Amino acid sequence: MSGSHDAHDHEHGHHHREPESQLSLRVRALESLLVEKKLVASEAIDRIVAAYEEDIGPHNGAKVVAHAWVDPAYRQRLLADGTAAIEELGFGGVDLQVVENAPGVHNLVVCTLCSCYPHALIGLPPVWYKSFEYRSRAVREPRVVLHEFGVDLPENTEIRIWDSSAELRYLVLPERPAGTERLSEPELAKLVTRDAMIGVAVVKPPAAAAR
Amino acid sequence: MNGIHDMGGMHGFGPVRREENEPVFHARWEGRVLGITRACSVQHIFNIDESRHAIERMEPVEYLKSSYYERWLDRNIRLLVEKGIITREELERRMAQLTSGKDPAPPHSDAKLAERMMRVTKDRTPYRQPGPAPRFAVGDRILTRHDAPVGHTRLPRYARGKPGVVVRVHGTFIFPDTNAHGQGEQSHALYSVRFDGDVLWGTSAEPRAPVHIDLWERYLDPATPARSTT
Repeated sequence: MSGSHDAHDHEHGHHHREPESQLSLRVRALESLLVEKKLVASEAIDRIVAAYEEDIGPHNGAKVVAHAWVDPAYRQRLLADGTAAIEELGFGGVDLQVVENAPGVHNLVVCTLCSCYPHALIGLPPVWYKSFEYRSRAVREPRVVLHEFGVDLPENTEIRIWDSSAELRYLVLPERPAGTERLSEPELAKLVTRDAMIGVAVVKPPAAAAR
Repeated sequence: MNGIHDMGGMHGFGPVRREENEPVFHARWEGRVLGITRACSVQHIFNIDESRHAIERMEPVEYLKSSYYERWLDRNIRLLVEKGIITREELERRMAQLTSGKDPAPPHSDAKLAERMMRVTKDRTPYRQPGPAPRFAVGDRILTRHDAPVGHTRLPRYARGKPGVVVRVHGTFIFPDTNAHGQGEQSHALYSVRFDGDVLWGTSAEPRAPVHIDLWERYLDPATPARSTT
């Protein structure tokens, strides 16, 4: 994990101010001081780290999307009040606004000021979402950015950009791909990717997704 | 503040680069920083707005040189020092002690703290608070204030002094501009406001690409049509 880290720093604009070993030492020292002051318990950190590594990820948001695809009344509730609608499925931790893709309308989520992201539903954000490149450019040249993600939308499609500047988080409800009428809800959920829920991808039908 | 963090619309950063099969954390220390942050926030050592503003106050060149979790680490240390919980000397001393092999901190266990930290992934933090009735309604045309406050604000620089349309009234939320500075929550109306691309970026705007920003009422004035004074 950390061994190969320095090697790919430069490939991903993931710079460090000081060597990895020094950073690691500084964090250990901070944790040690806070444990001594009884403000931190190390096993509590272990639990939250494990939760993000193992339980909280895009599969949660994918369940919400698949449910909205198969249940039109749920879809209406999700668009009207995302916060309440995800609680119906046992998710929470976030005030949520869901924005829906449709023919001629594509939504894209960014946070230009920091890196706001719906953690509780799709896990921690990838490095690119937090990058200066994405934060600076998604609002100004979304078509160019989408092209870099391999998404080329028709010229007359409106791209609605959502700059998450408040304590509300945005989730894109992607379009259900054609040819998925026979799929079950869990099978549909497997097609839904993290990137599609941020708006930098569209959901592909199963044949294309398998390729 | 006119900070380096306020990046919307900046030129020069280049293509977005992605990492295949990216791990949740790239190094163990990143997860520890996240956990420490979570412990501080559930114990109300700092609030979300103080926390964001502390990152914004990083020296701009350092900000650009740092990775995301390095900025979080810098923020945690900065706020813990400012709030008198640790000192920088104490931290340096502890680093030296750890280098020589021994962690002097006695083990500390706190099941309740762990529960509180985990609950944040399930329960909403109550940023939505009662406040005065909203002044604007969906469809109202507004003009954002043209101001350069020295403190924390969530009105991005690229949207200052711009005309937009209210597309949603979210309700009343804690106001970051005061909450970041110990001036109270001052909750009031929050709106989703749509701005046309050409209003923000002029002739270089991509067509059919409106930007929506969540903005508090104090950032907004009604857009009154220009009237003759005669």
